[in-house]
Amino acid sequence: MKRLGLLVALLTAAVPAYAGHPAECLVAQHQVEHSFALPRAAKAITAKKLDILVLGTGSSVLPGANGAKNAYPARFRAALAEALPGVAINVATDVKSRRTSADMVKALPPRLTSVRPALVIWQTGTVDAMLAVDPDRFNDALEEGIGLAQSAGADVVLVDAQYSPRTESLIALSTYTEGMRWVALQHGVPLFNRFAIMRLWADLGTFDFTSAPHKFAVAERVHDCIGRLLADLVVEAVKPARSD
Amino acid sequence: MNSVVAIGSGPVAAGRDLRLDLFRGIALWLIFLDHIPSNAVSWITIRNYGFSDATEIFVFISGFTAAFVYGRAMREHGFVVAGARVLRRAWQIYVAHVFLFAIYLAEIAYVARSFDNPLYTEEMGVMRFLQDPDVTIVQALLLKFKPVNMDVLPLYIVLLLFFPPMLWALLRAPTAALLLSFGLYELTWYFDWNLAAWPKGVWVFNPFAWQLLFVFGAWCALGGAQRLTRLVNAPAVRALALACLVFAFAIVMTWYFPRLATFVPKPLGDFIYPISKTNLDVLRILHFLSLAVIAVWLMPRDLPALKSKAAWPAIVCGQHSLETFCLGVFLAFAGHFVFTEVSNRLFMHVLVSAAGIIVMVAVAALVAWYKRLERRGPRPPAVTPGLAGGVG
Repeated sequence: MKRLGLLVALLTAAVPAYAGHPAECLVAQHQVEHSFALPRAAKAITAKKLDILVLGTGSSVLPGANGAKNAYPARFRAALAEALPGVAINVATDVKSRRTSADMVKALPPRLTSVRPALVIWQTGTVDAMLAVDPDRFNDALEEGIGLAQSAGADVVLVDAQYSPRTESLIALSTYTEGMRWVALQHGVPLFNRFAIMRLWADLGTFDFTSAPHKFAVAERVHDCIGRLLADLVVEAVKPARSD
Repeated sequence: MNSVVAIGSGPVAAGRDLRLDLFRGIALWLIFLDHIPSNAVSWITIRNYGFSDATEIFVFISGFTAAFVYGRAMREHGFVVAGARVLRRAWQIYVAHVFLFAIYLAEIAYVARSFDNPLYTEEMGVMRFLQDPDVTIVQALLLKFKPVNMDVLPLYIVLLLFFPPMLWALLRAPTAALLLSFGLYELTWYFDWNLAAWPKGVWVFNPFAWQLLFVFGAWCALGGAQRLTRLVNAPAVRALALACLVFAFAIVMTWYFPRLATFVPKPLGDFIYPISKTNLDVLRILHFLSLAVIAVWLMPRDLPALKSKAAWPAIVCGQHSLETFCLGVFLAFAGHFVFTEVSNRLFMHVLVSAAGIIVMVAVAALVAWYKRLERRGPRPPAVTPGLAGGVG
C-alpha cells in the first residue's frame, strides 16, 4: 500500500500547478472533487479582495497556544494567498466546539453581516452525529445555512467530518456524511470530502491516526495538507472557464 | 417467500423452512461484517449493491418465525399463554441488550483513557457521558440511549411488545391486520411519529415504520405466503423484481462514483432521495421484496443443498439468532479494537472477518448442543426450549 502511495505521489507531483505541496498532501489530491463553480468568490477575486468565513466546530482548530495558527483555516489562507497573488485574502473564523449544524445556522447571520464574506467554508457533521440529531433536521439545517449564506452573497463549500479510527465504533457518521453529500449535490455546492481524504491517508500509511509519537507534529501536518487541498478546490472552482 | 408454509392454516406443522434459517444466518453474518467500522470485507455485503440491507432480512424473518412459533401457541393455548411467552422473549432480548451495553461501556471507557490526539478533541466529546454514568445507564435501561450499532435489539423488543395483540388480529383477520399495520406505517410518515432518543434525536430504527416488515413477515407465515405464491412466481413479477434490483444497483453506484451522479436526472433524484433507513423507505421495502422474489425463485423450498454441509453453518446461526446476533455485536467491537490497536492491513480485515464468522458458527453449534442436551435431560421437557428458540 505504501508503494502505491509513493506511485500516486510521483504521478501527482508531476502536475506542475501543485508542485508547491508536500507529497504527503498530494497523495490524496485526487479525492478533491471539482464539482461546482463558485461564481461569487470568483467575482470577489476579480475585484482583488476575497473575504472568507470559516464556520466550524472543534475539528477546525488545534488545541494549544499555536492552535489557530497551525489549524487548517490559517493554512488554507496561506495556500490561497500563494495561489492567488495580488488578491487580498481575509479569513475570519467562527469555530467553537460542540455545535450542531442548527446551532451554527443560528450563529451565521451576524457573522455574515460583520464579515461580509464572498465564500463560507462550513465544516460540520461531527457533532450532529455524536448527538444523533434527527437526520432530517440535519439536512434541513444544512439547507437553511446554505440559503442564508447565498442570499448574503456568499458561496458555500461544505467540509465533512474527520476520519477518526478510534471513535469509529462510537460515532455513526455515515448518515450525516451521506446527508451532506446529498444536500451539496442538490444545491450545487462543492463538498470537501475530508473524511475520504483522511481515510486514504490512513490506508496508505501517509499519516497514522491511531498511535501517537510526535502527535502534535502529525496533527499540524494533517491540517496543513487539509488547508492546501481545500485551497486547490477553491482555486479550481473559481477558474474563469467554470464560473458562470 | 412463497410456498414457505403449510402450517399457516392448520395446527399441523410442516416443519421449519430451512431457507428462513439460512437467510437469517447469512443476514447475521452480514450485520456482523457491516458493524465493524471501515471493514474492507464489508464490501461484499448487500447494502453496497442496493437500497435495503441485512436488517430488512432479519426483521422480516423474525416476524415470520415469531408468527410461526407463537401463532401455533396462541391457537393451541390461547391469547394469555402465547402473549406471556412473547413477553418473556422480549425480556430475554432486553437482558441481552443490557449485557451488550455493559461491554460497550467497558470499550468506551478504555478508549477514553488511552486516546489522546490533538486532532480529535471534538470527537473525544463522545466520551462525555462517562462523566454522568447514572444518567447514561438509566437512559440506556430505558432504551433511550443506544450506542452505535445497538439499535436492532431495542427495535426487536418494541416489536415483540406490541406483537401479542397484532398476532391475535392476524389469526382472525390477517388481511385486515396487515392493512392496519400498513396504515400505521403511512400515518408514521405523515405525522413524523417516532420514539424519542437520548440525548437528542429519535430512534434510528423507527418501530412505527419497521413494524410493517415484521407484521408482513408474520402475515406470510400465517398463510399469506401461500396466497402470494402465484403472484410471486409470475414471470412478470420476476422480471419486475430483477428490474428493480438493477435500478437500485445503478443508483447505488452513483454514491461510490460521484461522477456518475450527473447521469441521474434531477427529477428522478428529487423523487428517490433521501432514502430513509430510519423510517424504512418504500424503496428499501421494494428492494427487499425484489430480493425475496428472486431468492425464492432460485431456491425452492426442497432444494437438496439446504440439507448439505455447506448450508449448515448459516442455518445453525439462523436457528439461534439471538445468541449469534449478540455475539456478532461483541465481535464487531472486538474486531474494530484489533484494527485500531494491532493492525489495519487488508489481510487483518479478512482474517478478523473470517475468524468472527467461524466463532459465530462455533458458538451457535454449541448453543444448539446445549438445547439438545436440555431437551434430553433428566427434567421433563415441560417447556420446549426449541419454542423459546423459535425466534432465536
